[in-house]
Amino acid sequence: MSVAPMNEHEREEIEVHEQRALGFWLYLMGDAAIFALLFATYAIMIPGTAGGPTGKQLFELDNAAIETVLLLVSSMTFGFASLQVKAGNRGAVLVWLAITFLLGAGFVFLEVREFAGMIAKGAGPDRSGFLSAFFTLVGTHGVHVTMGLIWIVVLGLQVALKGLTLPVASRLYRLGLFWHFLDIAWVGIFSIVYLPGLL
Amino acid sequence: MEHQTPHALRSYLIGFVLAVILSAVPFWLVYTHALPPHRTLLVIGIAAVLQVLVHLRFFLHINFTTTPRENILALVFTCLLLFIMVGGSFWIMFDLHSRMLI
Repeated sequence: MSVAPMNEHEREEIEVHEQRALGFWLYLMGDAAIFALLFATYAIMIPGTAGGPTGKQLFELDNAAIETVLLLVSSMTFGFASLQVKAGNRGAVLVWLAITFLLGAGFVFLEVREFAGMIAKGAGPDRSGFLSAFFTLVGTHGVHVTMGLIWIVVLGLQVALKGLTLPVASRLYRLGLFWHFLDIAWVGIFSIVYLPGLL
Repeated sequence: MEHQTPHALRSYLIGFVLAVILSAVPFWLVYTHALPPHRTLLVIGIAAVLQVLVHLRFFLHINFTTTPRENILALVFTCLLLFIMVGGSFWIMFDLHSRMLI
């Protein structure tokens, strides 16, 4: 935080912020364990197509590439929002949060469209073990991004209504950890699911 | 937490450029089939590991000076857990596979 601690109360607030940042970090490490196990399950289930379609027949490289770009740019724009939080620039924080939201929403839209297309082709999660693992892994990530979008809206409202107070800045910091973490999980998804699937 | 804003801005921009390169290379290889499949797989794996490190360093600002020791410990412990759980799953499942299906 750029604000220097001026009194006892603010120092306490900063201490609380640091404790919560650690607590949230521990949650993210637990989330990383969930994703790692879903990745392991997926890798083991790749051959389990039960005579149904394989990744090569279902995945679209263009779609995965656009999703990758959207999420990566959104990670950077969230970084810009964090910098404006430190600069105390309320309007700019709202603008960057809005841009991040739109990029994230674009990602979720592409993912939902991909899922709907696969289910319409009869390649839903009930078709094979491979597809169950695929929908569980990629869907879990999609649900995380959707939660992040809701969180961006809630904190955007807090920034607009309460301003960049210490508690609001502290919440934005944790949302930033969450958002950057989701991009790391996506690196795993395109490197383990889409790229090898289309090789 | 960072103090100097220009420095922090540079961190995000460097991270972004590196992440773009580390995503573009594996995608390009899969688009063009420029390398044989096993080599491409190797490049995908290396690029992914490097990109995760880039994200940790430039977006999450993990480093060995300002990041609290507890956070680093939790991260290292998680890596150990992931290695045991993922490595163990592969070990068991591939062993089972070779015993039952071949």
